[in-house]
Amino acid sequence: MRTLLQGLVLPPLFMLLSGCNLVVMHPSGDVALQQRNLVLASTGLMLLIIVPVIALTLWFAWRYRAANETATYKPDWYHSTALEVVIWTAPLMIIIALGALTWISTHTLDPFRPLGRLAAGRPIPADAKPLVVEVVALDWKWMFVYPEYGIATVNELAAPVDRPITFKITASSVMNAFYVPALAGMIYAMPGMETKLHAVINKEGVYDGLASHYSGSGFSRMTFKFHGLKPDGFDAWVAKAKEQGTDLSREAYLALEKPSEGVAPRFYRSVADGLYTAILNMCAMPGKMCMSEMMHIDASGGAGKESHENRERLQYDNRRLEQGDEPNGATAPAAGRAPRSEGSPNDQGSPENKKAPPTKSDDLQIHHH
Amino acid sequence: MLSDPDLQKLIFGRFSLEDIPFHEPILQVTFAGVAVVGLAVLGVITYYRFWGPMWRDWITSVDHKKIGIMYIILAMVMLLRGFADALLMRAQQSMAFGENQGFLPPHHYDQIFSAHGVIMIFFVAMPFVTGMMNYVVPLQIGARDVAFPFLNNFSFWMTVSGAITIMISLFVGEFSRATWLAYPPLSGSDMSPGVGVDYYIWGLQVAGIGTTLSGINLIATIVKMRAPGMTMMKLPIFVWTSLCTNVLITAAFPILTAVLALLTLDRYVGTHFFTNDLGGNPMMYFNLIWIWGHPEVYILILPAFGIFSEVTSTFSGKRLFGYVSMVYATVVITILSYLVWLHHFFTMGSGASVNSFFGITTMIISIPTGAKIFNWLFTMFRGRIRFEVPMLWTISFMVTFTIGGMTGVLLAVPPADFVLHNSLFLIAHFHNVIIGGVLFGMFAGVNYWFPKAFGFKLDPFWGKVSFWFWTIGFYVAFMPLYVLGLMGVTRRAQHFDDPSLQIWFVLAAFGAVLIAVGIGAMIMQFTVSIRNREALRDTTGDPWGGRTLEWSTSSPPPDYNFAFTPRIHDLDAWSDMKQRGYERPREGFRAIHMPRNTGTGAVIAGLSVAFSFGMIWYIWWLAALTFVAMIAAAIFHTFNYNRDFDIPADTVVRTESERNSMLAAQA
Repeated sequence: MRTLLQGLVLPPLFMLLSGCNLVVMHPSGDVALQQRNLVLASTGLMLLIIVPVIALTLWFAWRYRAANETATYKPDWYHSTALEVVIWTAPLMIIIALGALTWISTHTLDPFRPLGRLAAGRPIPADAKPLVVEVVALDWKWMFVYPEYGIATVNELAAPVDRPITFKITASSVMNAFYVPALAGMIYAMPGMETKLHAVINKEGVYDGLASHYSGSGFSRMTFKFHGLKPDGFDAWVAKAKEQGTDLSREAYLALEKPSEGVAPRFYRSVADGLYTAILNMCAMPGKMCMSEMMHIDASGGAGKESHENRERLQYDNRRLEQGDEPNGATAPAAGRAPRSEGSPNDQGSPENKKAPPTKSDDLQIHHH
Repeated sequence: MLSDPDLQKLIFGRFSLEDIPFHEPILQVTFAGVAVVGLAVLGVITYYRFWGPMWRDWITSVDHKKIGIMYIILAMVMLLRGFADALLMRAQQSMAFGENQGFLPPHHYDQIFSAHGVIMIFFVAMPFVTGMMNYVVPLQIGARDVAFPFLNNFSFWMTVSGAITIMISLFVGEFSRATWLAYPPLSGSDMSPGVGVDYYIWGLQVAGIGTTLSGINLIATIVKMRAPGMTMMKLPIFVWTSLCTNVLITAAFPILTAVLALLTLDRYVGTHFFTNDLGGNPMMYFNLIWIWGHPEVYILILPAFGIFSEVTSTFSGKRLFGYVSMVYATVVITILSYLVWLHHFFTMGSGASVNSFFGITTMIISIPTGAKIFNWLFTMFRGRIRFEVPMLWTISFMVTFTIGGMTGVLLAVPPADFVLHNSLFLIAHFHNVIIGGVLFGMFAGVNYWFPKAFGFKLDPFWGKVSFWFWTIGFYVAFMPLYVLGLMGVTRRAQHFDDPSLQIWFVLAAFGAVLIAVGIGAMIMQFTVSIRNREALRDTTGDPWGGRTLEWSTSSPPPDYNFAFTPRIHDLDAWSDMKQRGYERPREGFRAIHMPRNTGTGAVIAGLSVAFSFGMIWYIWWLAALTFVAMIAAAIFHTFNYNRDFDIPADTVVRTESERNSMLAAQA
C-alpha cells in the first residue's frame, strides 16, 4: 500500500504542484512576500499541535480497536487533572504566540500604512516619492489614473520596480476588491469611500490582477495585467499612453462607466480635472452635488428646511435606471417597464450568446437596448 | 396575458408568462424531472390511500419525534437540490477556460452559486440540526414532548414554506444573483431590480420565523422539562450543545430578520439604509449580517460536536472524558462566537487594531475547540472502539475538522487573510469545516439514532460504502481548491483565462462525482435497510450499548416516550441504570396527558407561501389577502379548546407489557 502511494500517487502530485504557479507562495512584491512569510509561520506554529492530534487520532483508533484484546480497557476512567491542564494550555501557548504575531504583523502590514522598506534590508531612499495610482472599480473593468503623469488606463496597470506605490481605491457602483496577488493583499473598493493600499513591486514581470469580490455578471472577466517595469520601461509605457491614448473627459468617463464586460486595455493621454475626486464623491455626472459639499453643509449645521431641494442632486443613479439604460436581466416592473430576461430571444447584445470570448473585442461592449 | 396593462398589473403584479423560463433547456429538463417524480409520488400516495394518514399522523402531528424526522427528510431532499447545484458549478468551472464559455452564462451561474449557499445553509444544515435536536433532546432529558408542541409543528412548516419559496424561484422567474448573503449595494433595487433577491428575502424571512420559534421552544424544553434529578451538570452533552445552539439561535436570528427587513424597506419603499447615496451605508449591512452569520456557524457545529461526543463515548465503551471541561468549552464557544464577526471582512479597511482584535478573538475560539478534540481523543484512549458507521464518521471528522480548523485560524490572521480572502482557499476552508464537521456529524447522528427512530438499524455495508466515497470524495474535491487559492484564484468566477488551472478544477469535479456516489450509496443504504428491516430489527431499544436515556425506551419509542418519568442519579443516566440493575415497572400505569394534533401550523405556513409569492411579484391583493388570512387563522386557533387528550391507562399497560414480554423473550 505504501509503495503504491509512493510510486503512483505522489510523483504526479508533485509534478502538478511544480507545474503550477502558486503565486501567493512565490510573490514578487515585498508586501505580498511578508504576507507569504506570515502564512508559512502561522501554519508552522499550528502544525506543532495539528500533526500530533491527527497522529494520535489515528493511533488511538487503531490501538484501542475492539479486536485488540491486549490493549488496556478502562471504562471508568474519565478524568485527569494533569491531562486537562495540558489540553487547555498547549493550544493556549500556541495562540499566545500566534496572537502576538497577529498583533504585530497586522499593524506593520496595515494597507493604509506607508511602507517602511523596499525589501528586506533595503530602506526607502530619502528622495523616493511614491507613485500615486487612483483606482476605480467600474462595472466591470478597472480604471487607473496616474495624477503625476496626467494619464489614465483601463484594465492595464504598470509601475516601476522598487518604487513605493500608493493606491487610492474607490468604486462607481457596487463593492469590489482590488487584488494583484504577486504584489500585495487585496482591499475592498467601495462607492463613495476611499481605501488605500501601499505596496512595492521588486521584480520585473507581467502579473495578473483581478476583481476578488463578486460584483455581478461581468465579474469573471474583470481582470487586468500589472506590469512591473524598469524605470526607463515605465517612462516608455507612460509615453505610449500619451501617444496612443484619447482624452478622458467627463463625457468619456460617463460612457466608460456604463456596464460592459471583457474590456480590452485602453489608454488616455489626459484626464479631466478632478475626475477621481468627483467619482469618489459620487458627482461625476453633471448637476449632481458632491458628497464632500453635502458633508460641508452638514458640518456647518445643515441647510435647514431648504435642504430637501438638494435631494434630487444627491441621488446617485449609477446604473442609469432613470434613463432606461439598465443592465441585462433586469426586470423592474415597479418602474412600469416590461420585464426582461437575459436569455430572451430578442436580446442579441449579451456576450453570453456569442461563442467568441468578449475579451477579444477591441472596442468597449456597452449594452444597449 | 391581458390586453389592458393596468388590469394585468393589478391582477398579476409584475408576473407575466415570459417569467417562466421556457427557453432554458437545463430548467426544462429539471422541471420535467421534478414533475415526473412529483406526479409519481402523488400517484403512489393516492393509490395506497396515504392522504388521510399523512394528514392525520404527520402533517398535523405535534409529536417531536415525527417533526424531527420530517425536518431530517426535508434536509435530505434539499441536500439533493443543493448538491445538484454544486455539480453544475463544478462542471462549469472545469470546462470554462479561454475560448470555451462553458454551458452556464453568468446570468444562470450566478443564480446557481447563490442558491447553493442559501440551500445548503438554511435548508440542509439548519433542518438537519433542528431535526436532530427535536428528535433527541426530549428523549435524552426524559420528557414526553417539547415545551410547546403546536409551536414546534408551526416552526417546522414555516421552514418548509421557506424552502418551497426558494424552490419556486427555479421555475417561476429567477433566483437571486447576489450571493448567499445578498450584500448591498449589489442586492439593492438599483443593481438587482428583478425578483431574485425578493425570493431570497421572503424565503429566509419565513423560514427564519420558524427557526427563531424553534430555538425558543427548545430552550424552554431543556430548562423546564428535565427529568427529576437531572441537574445541569448531569445533562447529556448533546443536550448541552443543543442548549447553547438554541441560545445562539434565539439571540442571532432576530438580527438576520431585522437586517433583511431593512433591506426589504430599501427595495420596496425606497429607504436608504444600505444604498450608496443619501446617507445609506452598505458596510453596516456587512456588519449586521455577520453578527448573525458567525454565530450561525456555531449554531450548526455545536450540535454536531454533541453528536460526536455521544458517539465517541458509546462506541469506545467509556464515559466521556472531561465532561465538565467539555461543557465549559461549549459555553465559552457560545459567548466568543459573538465577538468574531469582523473576521469575515478584514479586507474592508478597518484599522489595524480593530482587525487584530477580531483576529485574536477568533484564534481564542480554537482553544476550547481544541480542548474538545482532545477530550474525544482521550475518550478513545483505553477504550474498546467498535468501528460501526457512526464511529467511522467521527474519526473521519476528527482528522478532517482539525485540518479545516487549522486553515481557519490561518485565515484569522488579518495580513494572511488579505492574500487568501474570497479565494478558493476560503471556499476549501469552510467546506472543510462544514462538510467535515456539520455534515459528517449529521450523518453520524442519522446512523446512530436511526434504529431508535424506526426500530431497525441501517445497513452497515452501504453505510461504509457511502462513508468512504464521501470522505475520499471530500478530499479529492476540496484539496485542489486550497491549491487554487494559493494560485490566487478567486471564488464565484464563471470563466477563467489561465488554462493551467484547469487540471485542478477537473480534479475537484472528479471529487464531486465521488461524493455523488457517496450520496447514491446513502440512498441505497436506506433502500436496502428498509427492505431488510426484519433482519436489521432492534428489539432491545438499546442496539449500541448506549449510555443516555433515549436508549432506555423501545425502538421506536411509544408516543408518550416514557410511561414513568425516570429519576436521574448520575451523568449517563441509562448506563447508570443498567449498572444498578434497573427493573422496568410492571404496574401502577396511569393515563397519560398528551397534546392533540392540529392543522393550524400547516395552514398558516401554506398561506405564508402565497403571501411571499404575492410580495415577490407585487401581487398586492394576494399579499394582503393571505396576510389577513394568516392573522385570522392564528386568532381562530386561540379559540380551539380541543388541544389535548389522554392516552388511556389500558393502552399504556398494553404497550408496556408488550415491550416487557419482548425483552423477556430475549433474556
